Amino acid sequence: MSAVIGHEHDHADGHDHYPGGIMRWVKTTNHKDIGTMYLWFSFIMFLTGGFMAMVIRAELFMPGMQVVNPEAFNQMTTLHGLIMVFGAIMPAFVGFANWLIPMQIGAPDMAFPRMNNWSFWLLPPAALLLLLSLFVPGGAPGVGWTLYAPLSVQQGMGMDLTIFAIHILGMSSIMGSINIITTILNLRAPGMTMMKMPLFVWTWLITAYLLIAVMPVLAGAVTMTLTDRHFGTHFFNAAGGGDPVLFQHIFWFFGHPEVYIIAIPAFGVVSQVIPAFSRKPLFGYTSMVYALASIAILSFLVWAHHMYTTGLPVTGQLYYMYATMLIAVPTGVKVFNWVATMWKGSLSFETPMLFAIGFLFLFTLGGFSGLVLSIVPVDIQLHDTYYVVAHFHYVMVAGALFSAFAGVYFWLPKWTGHMYDETLGKWHFWLSMIFFNMIFFVQHFLGLAGMPRRIPDYAPQFTDFNMISSIGAFGFGLTQLLFLYVVVKCIRNGEMAPQRPWEGADSLEWTHLPTPAPYHSFETPPTVK
Amino acid sequence: MIKTLFQKIGVGALTMLVPGLVWAQDKAKWNLQEPHTSVAREMYDLHSVVLIICLIIFVGVFGVMFYSVIKHRKSAGHKAALFHENTTVEILWTVVPFFILIGMAWPATRSVLAMRDTSSPDITIKVTGYQWKWSYEYLKGEGDLAGLADGVQLYSVLATPHDQIYGNAPKGEHYLLEVDNPLVVPVGKKVRVLITANDVLHAWYVPAFGVKQDAVPGFIRDAWFKVDKPGTYRGQCAELCGKEHGFMPIVVEAVEPEKFAAWAAKQKSAAAPNAATAIVAATGGGDGKGTYDKVCSVCHAAGVAGAPKFGDKAAWAPRIATGVDALHNSALKGKNAMPPKGGMVTTPDGDIVAAVDYMVKAAK
Repeated sequence: MSAVIGHEHDHADGHDHYPGGIMRWVKTTNHKDIGTMYLWFSFIMFLTGGFMAMVIRAELFMPGMQVVNPEAFNQMTTLHGLIMVFGAIMPAFVGFANWLIPMQIGAPDMAFPRMNNWSFWLLPPAALLLLLSLFVPGGAPGVGWTLYAPLSVQQGMGMDLTIFAIHILGMSSIMGSINIITTILNLRAPGMTMMKMPLFVWTWLITAYLLIAVMPVLAGAVTMTLTDRHFGTHFFNAAGGGDPVLFQHIFWFFGHPEVYIIAIPAFGVVSQVIPAFSRKPLFGYTSMVYALASIAILSFLVWAHHMYTTGLPVTGQLYYMYATMLIAVPTGVKVFNWVATMWKGSLSFETPMLFAIGFLFLFTLGGFSGLVLSIVPVDIQLHDTYYVVAHFHYVMVAGALFSAFAGVYFWLPKWTGHMYDETLGKWHFWLSMIFFNMIFFVQHFLGLAGMPRRIPDYAPQFTDFNMISSIGAFGFGLTQLLFLYVVVKCIRNGEMAPQRPWEGADSLEWTHLPTPAPYHSFETPPTVK
Repeated sequence: MIKTLFQKIGVGALTMLVPGLVWAQDKAKWNLQEPHTSVAREMYDLHSVVLIICLIIFVGVFGVMFYSVIKHRKSAGHKAALFHENTTVEILWTVVPFFILIGMAWPATRSVLAMRDTSSPDITIKVTGYQWKWSYEYLKGEGDLAGLADGVQLYSVLATPHDQIYGNAPKGEHYLLEVDNPLVVPVGKKVRVLITANDVLHAWYVPAFGVKQDAVPGFIRDAWFKVDKPGTYRGQCAELCGKEHGFMPIVVEAVEPEKFAAWAAKQKSAAAPNAATAIVAATGGGDGKGTYDKVCSVCHAAGVAGAPKFGDKAAWAPRIATGVDALHNSALKGKNAMPPKGGMVTTPDGDIVAAVDYMVKAAK
């Protein structure tokens, strides 16, 4: 018996045992392989959703219908939103979680490696269902990513494919979250107390709880849409005793925490990067953790601020306004903390730091436009206009995406063993920064002047800003191909990276693991003092 | 005085942020549309105040950050101070924003209460959103002007020709923001609008009035406005409602109350002889005019999707030549773009037949 165990042990000890070729990736249970697959999947989805954004901006370049018809335009806005949220940003941060959580807490792998494999492999079929909807009769749903009833009940079978895709994506997210929570709570190295965990790990612990809480709610909402469509229920049909606004309540009960599911891991990445390049510890670790937790709790209590114009009761409007404004307090605490971390540090500005500062600057701007939108009377003017489009792209692109870029540049040396090209990285940052603001800053003015969102054609007074925005969009799209080039170049023939290329980086993956990180992270746990 | 100063600073500061755009120095482009009701004015001022506060905080926070970026860089030889955590500072930056927020919430609450007070209107109008047009129905309701226009109903459809949209004709001055029948309201009177929808969600949005209210099928919401100046005000549907969402604008003509009374009287008298005809026309045993107004006019009033236009003799002549029975059958079973019974399958056959007779009569 002991001989058998001994043999098993020998086998497990051998490094880098995996089948070659495609089967390595199909069968892998390794957190690094799975993290890599998440990241590449997310990048492919990012280009797909980005292509749809290009179609939208091409149509909106000038007044009149030129590129697509209105149905196709609506399908593009719907799929762009769904793909970017569920296909690009969320999987990107799950990729970071897979790569980093075991290394940062001193664990050998994720707690449930096989489930980890399954969580990833659910994503490609879901993405295929979403894209397949473009080719069925009636095309993809033209309802916007929010899938509001009753319009969603009117759609063709593309809507059903989208509903099933959301079911599958939800399953994947829930399994991923269970895995992350279990790993963080059970597999920490001796001495790694909760309040010693790197902030990125904290952000994922909180995010995973949010996911488990709200993904079933979204699944419920789309399932009710499905039964309204095919099985004679009337959840959202007033003629049968239902209420169309009910859909919005359920959707946003998912949708608002979802905003933080995307933003909180981004906060985590930035909270690793800024101290590293300031060569100074995070100013208020404890208050950061508390601020994150309060944001997570508040995120469940503010959903109807997306619905000020639906005809909420006055008391409802007032409550949701106050609760939403309150989010500015913990958000402010975080921004002040990052700035205080930089204060009197010894700053250097490699690409990860540039993206982190870009994040800080633009995310705060998005936070301010969020505060403007939280004020009910102002929101009545701005709701469903381009102001809102500008606001959430400041939070989603300059917030989440810039932070993901910061993270990729920061950890690429650890992942690949190679340094990326610093000059090209900086080009990527500056071009992204300029084009991003070209696209979205002017959209604030479009919204203020009253241009509704989700329209394929517009009145001539909106032309100049739309042209600027479209040119910015094409520039931003091309710039991301530069990012692809930088990453591929780094993997193929970047310079060899030292174990700790960033002198201020102090979490376990830098201090205890060689570069590139070995296939199995910590076979014997490190001791954390 | 202070408010206008604030607004100037706000607009100026925004302009500075985008120096490349100074050429487009048209104020309406940079801010909310010029307000024409008390509610819209409060929204405008509230936005300016909040924007100024945000700008001040923004400049403060990022002033500190950029100072640090310039002075505390490693390349300038700055050594990192290793301080962290400071309870006093942390309590301060939690509590101070809280009080700033209360300062914003106070005036906002006042505006919300004013905005939602739809009591004692002078006139009430029911607004219904359809895929893809608006209908306006003047109700009897309460108030000074109640009854002046009651019973008047109009459908309001995009008037921009197809050719302009698809680039076959130059675009007009009010491209996409023009309709065949605008909503007509009196200035200086409190107009209450009851808003609903017939099919999916729409939203009735007129920026200059500060009104944006979702139209929810099966439910009635309300809003109000009192326009301060005669003029034409333009808005759009603001809730995605399908393929023509971008093509269902809202146009409101605000006129002096006397003019409004004259307009209302004219609408009523124009409707009256039609009503008389309808009684005669109702030979099918159904309500011809009523059914036409409710069902057929959706397309036949303006000639949508190839439908022969109401009263257009040239368009109707070849159809009438096929015989009245053939027309009855087409209406009941559907033809070309027209679904059976114009899509309202619950309408009794008699009513449909009567409506066809009514339309034929008007085209002879």
